[in-house]
Amino acid sequence: MNGAQMLLAAPEFWVLAMACVIMLVDLFLSEERRGIIHMLAMLTLVFAGIITLRGDYLTAGVHSVTAFNGGFIRDSMGDVLKVFSFITLGLIYTYAKFYLRNFNMFRADFYTLSLFTLLGVMLLISANSLIMIYLGLELISLSVYALVAFNRESSRGPEAAMKYFVLGSMASGMLLYGMSMIYGATGSLGLVDIAAAIGVLGEHDILLIFGLVFVVVGIAFKFGVVPFHMWIPDVYEGAPVAVTLLISSLPKLAAFAMAFRFLQSGLGDLHMHWQGMLQVMALLSIIVGNLAAIMQTNIKRMLAYSTISHMGFVLLGLLPGTAFGFGASMYYVIVYALMSTAAFGMVIMLSARGIEAEQLEDFKGLNQRNPFYAAIMAIVMFSMAGVPPMVGFFAKWMVIKAAMDAGLLWLAITAVIFAVMGAFYYLRVIKYMYFDEPENEAAIVAPVDFGAALTLNGIMIIGLGIFSGSLIAICINSFATL
Amino acid sequence: MIVQQIIFYAFALVMVLAATMVITVRNPVYAALYLVLTFFSAAAIWMLLEAEFLAIILVVVYVGAVMVLFLFVVMMLDINMVPLKEGFIRNLPVALLVAAAMAVELLMVIWSKSRFGVDLFPVPPPTPAGHSNTQALGELLYTNYLLPFEVAGVVLLVAIIAAIALTLRKRTGIKIQDPARQVRARRDESVRLVKMKSEKPQGG
Repeated sequence: MNGAQMLLAAPEFWVLAMACVIMLVDLFLSEERRGIIHMLAMLTLVFAGIITLRGDYLTAGVHSVTAFNGGFIRDSMGDVLKVFSFITLGLIYTYAKFYLRNFNMFRADFYTLSLFTLLGVMLLISANSLIMIYLGLELISLSVYALVAFNRESSRGPEAAMKYFVLGSMASGMLLYGMSMIYGATGSLGLVDIAAAIGVLGEHDILLIFGLVFVVVGIAFKFGVVPFHMWIPDVYEGAPVAVTLLISSLPKLAAFAMAFRFLQSGLGDLHMHWQGMLQVMALLSIIVGNLAAIMQTNIKRMLAYSTISHMGFVLLGLLPGTAFGFGASMYYVIVYALMSTAAFGMVIMLSARGIEAEQLEDFKGLNQRNPFYAAIMAIVMFSMAGVPPMVGFFAKWMVIKAAMDAGLLWLAITAVIFAVMGAFYYLRVIKYMYFDEPENEAAIVAPVDFGAALTLNGIMIIGLGIFSGSLIAICINSFATL
Repeated sequence: MIVQQIIFYAFALVMVLAATMVITVRNPVYAALYLVLTFFSAAAIWMLLEAEFLAIILVVVYVGAVMVLFLFVVMMLDINMVPLKEGFIRNLPVALLVAAAMAVELLMVIWSKSRFGVDLFPVPPPTPAGHSNTQALGELLYTNYLLPFEVAGVVLLVAIIAAIALTLRKRTGIKIQDPARQVRARRDESVRLVKMKSEKPQGG
């Protein structure tokens, strides 16, 4: 291995170095100058984006390059996902700063731990061997466990963190168990070697299928799809909103990459087996997620169940195992990250000093208090419900088309029916905002950068919808080699 | 060969017995000590397999650090074991069922002659004298597995940061020592000589 190969991981090294720098700089900062930390973190993201986009490693005919003995892979799918992780985290930081200041939690630990989460996300996106998949996953999980318990004054935070920790450890154990069986069957840790070994073993090897079941459980837990979804509502509700914002968006991008790399690059020959498992989980998630969300009165829980149904839709795109299907899933997961960030951003904005706006009723009469932000929330809700021309519509349309390509017409029809039922609870928020009288007349004040980020987020949701072609093309082209 | 077999069976027997004691003795301190014995026997068996580095690491890390820490925790927390064991009998049938299922699965895999049959794996040739496992492992860690090795370090760093972030808090109004101020203290800051008239004894 030479230096040029090592430089493929330059974005990861940069983020790691800056996370450590931020941790150290904080030691020398006084309370009132802590804004510098925020600036440094944003700078980290900007430069990480620039380094990633300088992808001069791709020449004609080369679609992916590996480094570190095949354990690390750079390809256009990874680069696109990484750039969107930076954008999402940038939005999250802007929203979170306002929240953390309001709730007296503005500490550098939040930035350090979330940058380590980002590092885990990046490593998992680029993981090309079982060891790297596991380490990336653990890096994300460990940082997130700590972040969930970040508010030490709250009693719900640590409880949610503990629940998440115990269940997450179980899921890691399952994944490791599955990995050990796959290693036992194929004798290698690299995904490329595993794929080659499966070609020799054949697709009906009992040990491989055993391993696959456990691996699918681990992946499903990370996505939070039914029946591995129990932790999502509790953790979303118990964590501070700034952290809910983070865990609802960033790790999902990595989970998609992990599912693609593991199931397609590594275990692609077992497609017929994992397709069946994912079908069941997609169907259950779409049904349970949409039905349970209708009954919620707490907006964080409602968005949690809506996440479960969205992840069911992401799984739909994985079913056919084609470039179009994976492209559709990737597009969906990116779009979902942007929508979820905006939705939780709105929850943060409504949070008055020291009191979280958790109830759906807090949105009552938002239009009279601030028509502009009400319009942005309406855009987000319409997009999540899948109303054209918002970006959510195109994402749903594509994954449903992918399911039909796989010959699963019944699944596609069920998905459409439940998507329509799900529109009810999104529209209820809009009804509260526009047709109800406000219970709280206080004007909404948000800092300039917060408003700008929320506006940008709203524009992305409409803009990526109206001009959806280019991002869809980028996503599908990422899988051109399939 | 026969000597090696005797050693193997002796350590294996001790290990199995000690492992059984770990989960059966009542006192958690005894259980921890039996676990130490289990680790020692496992280390000896590793030594028989010519994996001297792993054997030493098992003793140094697990016996030396992890178990000592574990004993500290057990002694400091003074856990009452009785409530923990409640429901043991009630849950026993389920536990036995799961254990049996896992044992059958393991046996199926191990006894499947096509993949893990003992005859499929010939006895490896003895390593030449002067071969260093430590060096071989080190070379692999810093070449082929450099990235995973570094990332594992980052995972540990995150664990440290998380533990400190969740527990460290600045409390006001408590009395703490400041060694620097203690050293800087001067006599005239704390001792004041006062001239007083000597008192005459009453009624003298």
